[in-house]
Amino acid sequence: MSVGQAVGTLAASDSTEADAGRRRKPRLSEGARAERKLGWLLCAPAVVVMIAVTAFPVGYAIYLSLERYNLELPTATKFIGFSNYAAVLSSPYWWHALVVTLVITAISVAVTLVLGMILATVMHRTLFGRGAIRTAALIPYGIVTVAAAYGWQYAWTPSTGYLSAAFNNSAPLTSEFKAIGVIILAEIWKTTPFMGLLLLAGLSLVPEDLQKAAKVDGATTWQRFIRITLPLMKPAILVALLFRTLDSFRIFDNIFILTSGNNGTGSVSILGWDNLFNALNLGLGSAISILVFICVVIIAFAFIKGFGAAAPGSDIGKR
Amino acid sequence: MAAAHTTPRQKVGWGTANLVVLALALIPVIWMVSLSVKTPAAILDPSFFPVHASQWTWGNYSGILHTSQFIRPLVNSIGIGLISTFIAVVLASMAAYAVARLQFPGKGVLIGMALLIAMFPAIALVTPLFSIERSLGLFNTWPGLIIPYVAFGLPLGIYTLSAFFREIPWELEKAAKVDGATPFQAFIKVIAPLAAPGMVTTAILVFLACWNEFLFALSFTSTIASRTAPASLAFFSGSSQFTVPTGPIAAAAVVITVPIIIFVVFFQRRIVAGLTSGAVKG
Repeated sequence: MSVGQAVGTLAASDSTEADAGRRRKPRLSEGARAERKLGWLLCAPAVVVMIAVTAFPVGYAIYLSLERYNLELPTATKFIGFSNYAAVLSSPYWWHALVVTLVITAISVAVTLVLGMILATVMHRTLFGRGAIRTAALIPYGIVTVAAAYGWQYAWTPSTGYLSAAFNNSAPLTSEFKAIGVIILAEIWKTTPFMGLLLLAGLSLVPEDLQKAAKVDGATTWQRFIRITLPLMKPAILVALLFRTLDSFRIFDNIFILTSGNNGTGSVSILGWDNLFNALNLGLGSAISILVFICVVIIAFAFIKGFGAAAPGSDIGKR
Repeated sequence: MAAAHTTPRQKVGWGTANLVVLALALIPVIWMVSLSVKTPAAILDPSFFPVHASQWTWGNYSGILHTSQFIRPLVNSIGIGLISTFIAVVLASMAAYAVARLQFPGKGVLIGMALLIAMFPAIALVTPLFSIERSLGLFNTWPGLIIPYVAFGLPLGIYTLSAFFREIPWELEKAAKVDGATPFQAFIKVIAPLAAPGMVTTAILVFLACWNEFLFALSFTSTIASRTAPASLAFFSGSSQFTVPTGPIAAAAVVITVPIIIFVVFFQRRIVAGLTSGAVKG
């Protein structure tokens, strides 16, 4: 017996002992242990990819945000603590971008909720052509945002666009408030179908018998909507709102194409992108990235705690 | 459904509502198609359709389909989209099976992590990933986009698939195990075929997300070697240096929209089922 084999045998017997020790503690059956192992094995690749692409870079972004790091002046790179954050938070550009982002988010999500509810009702109640309606509604959802944004941009360009022509040859994309209006319009058009479909799923959970009973009792359509439909749909509405809000908060594509963030229409995402690719400032860009991340965490936390929105999929583990 | 007793007035009402929905959904798309067949001169006429025959042209299409500035990004989009979708669906299926069927510690952490990534602001990753990809040589390559696309496809995949997997008749798996199959064999031979419809739906949703993606495509590429079609639109200069690129951009926008419309027409039911599966039970 060679040394190598001996060590091998030793290690083997060692591991059996360790296994036995582990088995004794939680007293898992052979099957449960195999199941546990398989569970970890099946999840491992997904977990590795998700950590590699998100958790690790966020950690790296935190580190970068504490450095002075400009790609144009690589030799001046130096640890500077929270100075980047101080620079961002004391800059009017950040607060302006944050306000623009919040305005776009609040208005587009509110309007999308109302229109999505109407769309869901139409899709739920319509008597003929249900497939055609759903297919048509899915087109804005599926369409490449950038392609749609170019459509809107040209539609509002004087002497090219039908919408501009319809409004006295106006050029809304050149003024701050009107441009934000056009951006909101493009957001609403693109995201109402998604909202409508999520609400449709909630709507189909409202029992028809309940509606009929209320009707027999003399409740009006509006009363039935407020007293029966809405309360039963609350979970679906909150989940849809949470996802739409976070999605809207990171708005980038529509603004990039429609105005490039000119005339004070840039969102926080546009500001972060500009700092990286136009100013080549990795330190400041990272600080903005982390601040956007913190905003998203705050919004998600407020939804889940404040409105009692159950995190989607939180029931998955119960099986 | 309220199909049983409806008055003609209600029928007219719902019919009108349908027409409004159709019009609102389709007018911006039709406008893009109309722009894409206008001659450069007609583009400076803001009427919705090109009215005169002289205002029609296929030139915008033949122009973009003969320049590598669009064809190469189109190939990149298809390749990157298909590879990302394939990897994401395979990895998500494995994880979703574990989530839906197996008991193991750490399941809650996985679900929480997937949820966190689904809500993640992509801009927060652009700076660090840009820096990491440059130092690893992944910048401006296919894998440089495929890896983040897989990571962002996974949460969508895990949620959609675990919702589908919970609907599968699992007695069949037990039967297979009684017949002597290992859990792994039961997964491959019995469950995977049953799960195929859910996997197709998930694949469509993930592919649409990759096809749509703009921020990473814009940030992690620098040439047409890996730039995808949506990002290429932002760099379009038109077929020749002196034409305004409005027509070519509209034509390119129509070309990248066509696959979406085909998907939606053929898979409407699946897409609706997939989008709503994860959200209802919340």
